[in-house]
Amino acid sequence: MTWATTRRIAAPLLLGVIVLVVWELAVQLGDIKPYLLPAPSAIGKQLELALPVLWKATLATGANALIGLLVGAIIAIVVALLASRLHFLDELVAPVVAAIAVVPIVALAPILTNMFGATSETPRRVIVAIVVFVPIFVNTLRGLRQVLPVHTDLMRAYAASNWQITRTVTLPGALPFVFTGFNIASSLAVISAIVAEYFGGLQNGLGSRITSAAANSAYPRAWAYVFGAIVLGVVFYAATLALEKISSRRHA
Amino acid sequence: MTITDAVPTVAAVEVAGVSRVFPGRGKKAGVTALDDVSLTIAAGEFVSLIGPSGCGKSTLLRLIADLDSATSGAVSVFGKTARQARIDQDYGIVFQSAGLLPWRSVTANIELPLALHGVAKADRSARVSELIELVGLSEFASSYPEQLSGGMQQRVAIARALAERPSLLLMDEPFGALDEMTRERMQAELVRICAETGAAVVFVTHSIPEAVFLSDRVVVMSPRPGRIREIVDINLGESRGEMLREESAFFAGVTAVREALHGAPPVGTGARGVDLR
Repeated sequence: MTWATTRRIAAPLLLGVIVLVVWELAVQLGDIKPYLLPAPSAIGKQLELALPVLWKATLATGANALIGLLVGAIIAIVVALLASRLHFLDELVAPVVAAIAVVPIVALAPILTNMFGATSETPRRVIVAIVVFVPIFVNTLRGLRQVLPVHTDLMRAYAASNWQITRTVTLPGALPFVFTGFNIASSLAVISAIVAEYFGGLQNGLGSRITSAAANSAYPRAWAYVFGAIVLGVVFYAATLALEKISSRRHA
Repeated sequence: MTITDAVPTVAAVEVAGVSRVFPGRGKKAGVTALDDVSLTIAAGEFVSLIGPSGCGKSTLLRLIADLDSATSGAVSVFGKTARQARIDQDYGIVFQSAGLLPWRSVTANIELPLALHGVAKADRSARVSELIELVGLSEFASSYPEQLSGGMQQRVAIARALAERPSLLLMDEPFGALDEMTRERMQAELVRICAETGAAVVFVTHSIPEAVFLSDRVVVMSPRPGRIREIVDINLGESRGEMLREESAFFAGVTAVREALHGAPPVGTGARGVDLR
């Protein structure tokens, strides 16, 4: 490992350690009450105690986020493809997308939970799919519209079919835009999967664990689950970033 | 299809009384890009279209390529409608910008038309290596467009246009964005490639020396409305080496085209306002 990479990795780690130490000292010396801010050591202990449950809760929430993300992404890309091809559909979809973009999860979650029943994971996945739809759709559509006139002329000169044009020119050109949408959507997927759990239903995920721990005044435990949520979000973000890297290396 | 199959009696391109009017919007009047243009290009002939901006030279090329439709008149390519010729892939086309797909390697870019038209993989790679050799890019077969210079990218575009051995090559200012040195080298290469393939060429340019150096005939056009002003025959023979650029026959051709462009012999010293590229 070179000095540069060592420094690149060590610097944020060091900052993290410093923040934790300052936090710990502030809580200990300042006598801050645990319901205001628990000490990192207390959170760490809860992390250790709750690890098996935390792991299961992270998996449950992670699965909801992943399924919702994939379903939402597929729908978004297909609709964007159709909208880029069919002008009337584009005009039809634009206001609907604007409406979806402002739908508050807070309003939707209780309704969907009632709709699908309290023992179902479906309402959470539906919420994630709705939330990720917008950024992926908007970015993909923008990417699909980036086709250069010279490429359009060229494909017409080749008498290429619509599907051939889509496959060889439009989609590969839009790929970087699709990944931009994915990057935004991946963090949104985790956040919305967690928030969706705040409004009843199954008690198996990170969101429901956070609310129940907080309701029982077990603040260090609540923070331990928050930590799990952060890790899950980072994993999702890093995964989409890695996907983008791989695809751009293949193309560049 | 190879060149030798082509029936020499059928003209490569036949343009008869073609007009193209771009309709105006609202109160704005329409623009007559081409007005009653007729032109016949024989098989294997190299014809340049030259004229100031707005004379419709690119529009004429796009009509031949069936990338645009004439308002009136008829365009036929090898005796078929332009549309049928496009569907049958009777021509190869090169634009001013190379128009390569940035995510495809040089090989994959040249292969594109072959792949689109279902040529078998083995035949495809054999043809592509032939073409890469032809345009002198063997070392760059696996490079990507962004790694190539403008001239090299344009050579890839030419190789791509030649992939299906068309008997007609349509070129819309293909060297317009290149520097002078590269441009002259590319012209010499094009002369060689044309001699090897025997294809007819329609070449749009706004450089007088370029048109004279390359062509059998130079079609001089005038703008608003786009019309053919004069067709200048250039008889510089088959072997066009670099020395040709310094011969008096070449200068005579340049003068003839320039006078046709200006409508009359230029007054004064004559060297002024001449595009010497």
